[in-house]
Amino acid sequence: MIEIEGITKRYDSTTVVDDVSMVIEPRTVCVIVGTSGSGKTTLLRMINRLVEPTAGVIKLDGADNRSLPGYELRRSIGYAIQGHGLFPHRTVAQNIATVPVLLGWDKARIKARVDELMTLYQLDPDAFGPRYPHELSGGQQQRVGVARALAAEPNVLLMDEPFGALDPIIRNKAQEDLLAIQKRFGTTIILVTHDMEEAVHMGDKIAVMDAGKLVQYAKPAEILANPASAFVGTLVGASERPFRLLSLGRVRDAVEDGSAEGEAISGDASQRDALAELLWSGRPALPVKGADGKPLGRVTVDGLVKRAARPA
Amino acid sequence: MKAWLPSLLRLALVVLLVAFVTNPGWFEPLLKPLTENNAPVIYNQGSLLTLTLLHLRIVLIATVAATVVAVALAILVTRPAGAEFLPLSRSLVNIGQTFPPVAVLALAVPAVGFGEKPTLIALFLYGLLPIFENALTGLTTLPANVTEAARGAGMTGWQRLTKVELPLSAPIILGGIRLSVVIGLATATIGSTVAAKTLGEVIIAGLLSNNLAFILQGGLIVAALAVLIYDGLSAVERYTARRMGREVE
Ligand SMILES: Nc1ncnc2c1ncn2[C@@H]1O[C@H](COP(=O)(O)OP(=O)(O)O)[C@@H](O)[C@H]1O
Ligand SMILES: [Mg+2]
Repeated sequence: MIEIEGITKRYDSTTVVDDVSMVIEPRTVCVIVGTSGSGKTTLLRMINRLVEPTAGVIKLDGADNRSLPGYELRRSIGYAIQGHGLFPHRTVAQNIATVPVLLGWDKARIKARVDELMTLYQLDPDAFGPRYPHELSGGQQQRVGVARALAAEPNVLLMDEPFGALDPIIRNKAQEDLLAIQKRFGTTIILVTHDMEEAVHMGDKIAVMDAGKLVQYAKPAEILANPASAFVGTLVGASERPFRLLSLGRVRDAVEDGSAEGEAISGDASQRDALAELLWSGRPALPVKGADGKPLGRVTVDGLVKRAARPA
Repeated sequence: MKAWLPSLLRLALVVLLVAFVTNPGWFEPLLKPLTENNAPVIYNQGSLLTLTLLHLRIVLIATVAATVVAVALAILVTRPAGAEFLPLSRSLVNIGQTFPPVAVLALAVPAVGFGEKPTLIALFLYGLLPIFENALTGLTTLPANVTEAARGAGMTGWQRLTKVELPLSAPIILGGIRLSVVIGLATATIGSTVAAKTLGEVIIAGLLSNNLAFILQGGLIVAALAVLIYDGLSAVERYTARRMGREVE
């Protein structure tokens, strides 16, 4: 659990982060979203003390994050940034091994962990381990950057626009991979982005920052339904709201009794995808199948449209 | 141009240089037309090989000392604690550079006497600036997200310096060392005016006795050394740059 209590950061007279308090539950993904310059990065960097706050306290599992020297604290917290920041003079395997080496793990344990992470990220350890970062594609570099951040099995992973430099298709894959890995290791992730789409997709909770202040901290559906201010409303995007709301739900939760013609859609697909398919094919209803291929019922345009309406 | 041609030329130059300093007598017929009145053709007041080695030694010692001091200084002023000394150290090193080498020699002699010492001092002072400048450039132009990642991974200041900042600056620092060596090779010849044993001796002997052959052989050996060392260090620099994942030129 991460408790941020009255955190403020001032540079000279400008207040960059202004009295922010929030609690991040363990094993969840918290996304900090806001426009450029709103203080997201500064807030994130105060958690691992790359920036020291002017006022306030941050506690990790109850312990003040100033109870350790900064560098020791940072070894226990994963940190991944935009443009990955891989060490260009070190191989992929050496890059991933950075923190375990600093922590003095023995060779065999380091190798086992590096191989595990590379395999998890679909990079063959024998083929990619000895390569240098500039010999990888952008997507591969980004994966190595996250693998490096996870190498020492941190409970907490801080990510600053980690997917910012990726093209849309690779970005989607990277987001899915991250969510899968988060579930597998139970890591608490705090992710900074300026992209509300990404925030809604990734976050268990979303923290919206504006001019250094935390203006809303809530579940995605709540933010979409009841933006706390006009600013949050703009950020959510009035024209996108219903679709973002639908994208939070699975088709299996919108299934109605009955049958329909045509190819079935998976119950695990998002309701937004189902609506898109219905609108595009001009049909009023789609059959739905479960993971095992058995029919579950159908989804209808009318049903989905009701779900896209602002929750009461 | 064929890729092997430069290597062949370099090799030829090395062979020629080694042949000349070990067996200068072989080249006597070539230089003969440059002398008058049966003056000696090949420098005869000492071995060319010994002078070449002494010349190289003095440059080596001065460059190593200049590298240590310049890099240490650059490291110091790029740490948060030393940042306020940055402008001061820059001007100090710059002033060192504006002194003509002869003036440094003239000033150093009364202080440390004749011989190698004043020459070493001059070479050392002249070597500082290019290395300091380059080390400074290297250490201040590191990719921000790489240094950020090093900090975020929990490296201490010392670990960041030795594991990330210095290795990544190495190609640029080497560039400064290369410049400083070449300047040093040329400047060392002047050292023989204050009785340092360098190849300058040959040139000065030629000037005093109006012997063009002496002047030429002294000058050519220094030039050949400079070309070869410049070349060799450039290659090392390119190799290091590739290893550090930085492509140069
Ligand atoms: N070291 C610093 N010194 C002065 N101002 C800074 C510093 N770091 C960030 N800022 C300012 O703080 C504000 C918030 O920056 P940042 O946290 O990076 O925002 P975001 O990540 O949301 O874009 C910006 O206006 C930025 O200029
Ligand atoms: Mg930012």
